[in-house]
Amino acid sequence: MSAVASTTLTLFRSAKQSAHVRRGVACILGLLVLAVMTGPSGSNTAPVAGFTGSLFHSRVFIFLGIGVGLWALITVWNLWGEAIRRTNDSLLTLPRRLLPDRRVRLVIYAALLAVAIILPLHVNAFWQDVLVDQIGIYVLLAIGLNVVVGYAGLLDLGYIAFYAIGAYSTAFWTGALPVHPPMVLNAFWAIPFAIGTAMLSGVLIGAPTLRLRGDYLAIVTLGFGEIIQIVATNLQGVTGGSQGVSAIPHPDVNLPGIHYSWLIDPLPYYYLLLVFVVAALIAYSFLEHSRVGRAWTAIREDEVAAQSSGINVLKYKIMAFAIGASTSGFAGMLEASKISFIEPGDFTVQLSILILVLVIFGGMGSLLGAVVGAAFLQWFPWYLKEHPMFGFQDQDLYIYLGAILVLTMIFRPEGLIPSRRRKREFGLAEHGLGTADAMSGTTDPVP
Amino acid sequence: MCFTQNFWSFFIGGIANGFLYALIALGYTLVYGVLQLINFAHSEVFMSGGFAGYFVINAVIGQSSPHGLASVGLIVLGTAAGAVGGAVVAYLLERVAYRPLRRRKAPRLAFLISAIGASYFLYNLAGKEFGRNGYSLPFLFPFQTGITVFGTAIQTYWVVIAIAAMIMLLLLDRIVAATRLGRGIRAVAQDAETASLMGVNIDRVIAQTFILGGILGGAAGFLFGISSGVVYSMGFTPALKAFTAAVLGGIGNIRGAMLGGLVLGVAENMGVICAPTEWRDVVAFGILVAVLIIRPTGILGERLGRSA
Amino acid sequence: MTTVPDAAPTTVANDVIVAIKDLSLSFGGVRALVDVTLNQARGELLSVIGPNGAGKTCLFNCLTGVYHPQQGSITFYGQHGKATEIVGRKPHLVNRLGIARTFQTSRLFNGLTAFENVKIGVESRQHTGPVGAMLKLPRTRREEREGDARSEELLEFVGLRARGNELASALPYGDRRRLEIARALGTNPHLLLLDEPAAGTNPAEKSELGTLIRRVKNELGVTVLLIEHDMGLVMSLAERIIVLNFGRVIATGTPAEVQHDPAVIEAYLGAPTDDDSYVPIEPDPDGGD
Repeated sequence: MSAVASTTLTLFRSAKQSAHVRRGVACILGLLVLAVMTGPSGSNTAPVAGFTGSLFHSRVFIFLGIGVGLWALITVWNLWGEAIRRTNDSLLTLPRRLLPDRRVRLVIYAALLAVAIILPLHVNAFWQDVLVDQIGIYVLLAIGLNVVVGYAGLLDLGYIAFYAIGAYSTAFWTGALPVHPPMVLNAFWAIPFAIGTAMLSGVLIGAPTLRLRGDYLAIVTLGFGEIIQIVATNLQGVTGGSQGVSAIPHPDVNLPGIHYSWLIDPLPYYYLLLVFVVAALIAYSFLEHSRVGRAWTAIREDEVAAQSSGINVLKYKIMAFAIGASTSGFAGMLEASKISFIEPGDFTVQLSILILVLVIFGGMGSLLGAVVGAAFLQWFPWYLKEHPMFGFQDQDLYIYLGAILVLTMIFRPEGLIPSRRRKREFGLAEHGLGTADAMSGTTDPVP
Repeated sequence: MCFTQNFWSFFIGGIANGFLYALIALGYTLVYGVLQLINFAHSEVFMSGGFAGYFVINAVIGQSSPHGLASVGLIVLGTAAGAVGGAVVAYLLERVAYRPLRRRKAPRLAFLISAIGASYFLYNLAGKEFGRNGYSLPFLFPFQTGITVFGTAIQTYWVVIAIAAMIMLLLLDRIVAATRLGRGIRAVAQDAETASLMGVNIDRVIAQTFILGGILGGAAGFLFGISSGVVYSMGFTPALKAFTAAVLGGIGNIRGAMLGGLVLGVAENMGVICAPTEWRDVVAFGILVAVLIIRPTGILGERLGRSA
Repeated sequence: MTTVPDAAPTTVANDVIVAIKDLSLSFGGVRALVDVTLNQARGELLSVIGPNGAGKTCLFNCLTGVYHPQQGSITFYGQHGKATEIVGRKPHLVNRLGIARTFQTSRLFNGLTAFENVKIGVESRQHTGPVGAMLKLPRTRREEREGDARSEELLEFVGLRARGNELASALPYGDRRRLEIARALGTNPHLLLLDEPAAGTNPAEKSELGTLIRRVKNELGVTVLLIEHDMGLVMSLAERIIVLNFGRVIATGTPAEVQHDPAVIEAYLGAPTDDDSYVPIEPDPDGGD
């Protein structure tokens, strides 16, 4: 073999070993992928237009440049970051020192609540709508799924099914479905029924499937989420089929002393939602720090040990499922009666995944994380749409979400704002202690 | 009436589908064997194979229909292209979405989440790049073979799938049983730590396992595309069913995946023989739930690689 | 120190706490337990010994409902001496009936503190449900306080009070074993199954464990069933010993009797040839190995 060839081979091999080179390649390739993601789309007639338009075009140099820059940044950070962190600058470490203090946290929460109450009054109707439909509902859904995924460690990929059940329940009890209820209720009084039906479904679905191992549970819930859509579309006589259900009435309270009607103004819905969100936040926080929360943590850490310590694992898993379902059911009720129209296309598996991303990106097991994650990830597509350089179409969101999931797992599995416990668990799992989740099933024999 | 009338055509058609499911199911089962992980993104491997096959065929003959020997040649070409496409995507998946997590000894939940993310990423990227509409392939062969069995006209498609699949399944069986790679796969599936102590390069074996699964899944994608066309969303449902098949046969068990595929293909068709076909997915899903609840170790039994 | 109801601290009477009859367990072709029959009296410190693979942990798993034996019965006389069949019950129910266990490799909740680990055991007996927890009802708050108090007591009992706020994963090996015992005690058992609690511990830790086990028996009135390989510990603690080999009971008796039993010696050391002399297993008077 010629000297040139063998030298090149040796160089190539040592380059492959070098962490710097690998990181460089990763950065550049990653940015090229980003270039494609943000580039023009292809279509049936021009399937490679997307690729050629993104890569064989001057804009690719911007991305290459950013890739190289990122590489440089990471290399610099690795070399000097430790030194910077060690200077123990009091300003930089301030947040970390202050946050655990309960009083500080309460002040922050109070401030956030104040903003949440006052802000909507100062924005126009479009934004108020957004606050309810795009942010508020998803915050609530994230909080609910956080109980299932974050606290109990159950990977539910069909969460939107309970949302659908809540919505269709509301339609049913208010008489909007082809099938009529024994007694037609006002949408407001349908709330407990929507929540109850959702919770009951959670128990019924959970009872046979929550015995399964984590990965199987994920697939089954995914399938179930898919099935709900098929059922809603095909049971014409019951669910109104693919045309959906319209004319679902708005909520109305008519009690001696209290009269209130929700109409089309989004603001009252916002405050109704806010009440439930705050109630859920408080209740679930109490739950987390109670024996139920501890039982869930035990189940996540070591199911066999939990069982041997007297914890009825199946019961607690079903409990988590049902509580999550009830939250989702309420969200479904709210949207159904606000928008007055629902159709099977509203309840896609994609939405289940979206909510999952909110929880995981925000921080599994952390309520604040769920709220922040939801808020951020709902703002994110709006931001992309506003800036045409991203070439963003609505469906492209999931490209970003998918990438966010993968990157989160690689770089920060505990999420943006982790719950302290989870952060510990992920750290320990990496040292071989524990599994940080409910992935080991009861089928595992005791070693 | 409708049962006896349609029985054989649904049965034989079910077997043909079953072969496809078997090919895809093997991708799940192989990866599960070495990583104890369900490769959620395998549906996108299937889809990539479909597109790869389509593009190659399109480049060679456009939309014109071939005859005779050219047909066979093109089927082989398309299947090979699909296999390559699937293999490439599977390999990339392993390197990008799984290996970094393995390095960090991430908990299994992290792997599953990463898999879901990767699946959604690829799914929607394909939708963006290739458009939301399907691409149909030209007729590569005449529709009917002219042969009739039990009163049912045998479609050429069924024969094509059966032959292609059988060849690939036999090859896989031989690879796993008789080659170094196969021994490596079985060793890692049984006990990864000891295998690495014995000199098996775990990273390489895992990558090759993914590639193997990708070859089969990608080829299946092309074969599927011959009849149904290719579209960015084609992976979701067949892959979910193939997963059901893998579990039905016993996850981690190669012969099980083959058997499970065939059983599911037939059972699914039998379930809707007299019902509108929109419910077919519900039947398949029902089978999945039933298997997982009643006999999660599958027909031939799970082979997790750990000793009983 | 609260005592477990219904258990008299010192009687070793005909009062049987668990009766195992003809228990057989197989996995695939492997016969893990074959016709195992044994009785343990309430308050009696019984030890199960045998070579590796003899089926000791399998026995524990059957006793706690983790494994389902193909044949045989396990009758537990727990609360008020009421007879209950264990076979076929789920593990958490078995725990409710009054059997708690520790594991061969400590299965602690590593992400939780020592205190929280014990509290989980204690809380399994409480009645707060999700509603009570979410609303922080008075009963919930009371149970929380009671749980805290009892957990502190138990940590004190096993000598880990000072380390209560440390993560379980950060505890030294010997402390982990004791923490697991504390957690098991938190579930208020009548019968405590200890699976090789001294495995991997140094002589000092071993003797502390011995003392702790005796205190569990004498002060708490909990009956102990002990699997152990360390013969010194076994001989000094056990009132009666059962020897398993290849899934069968090959000997039972007092420590002295078992030491000299030829079948036992053969199981451990192999059959003697003509010029071998029996080597009885003597306990080390200094308590170490």
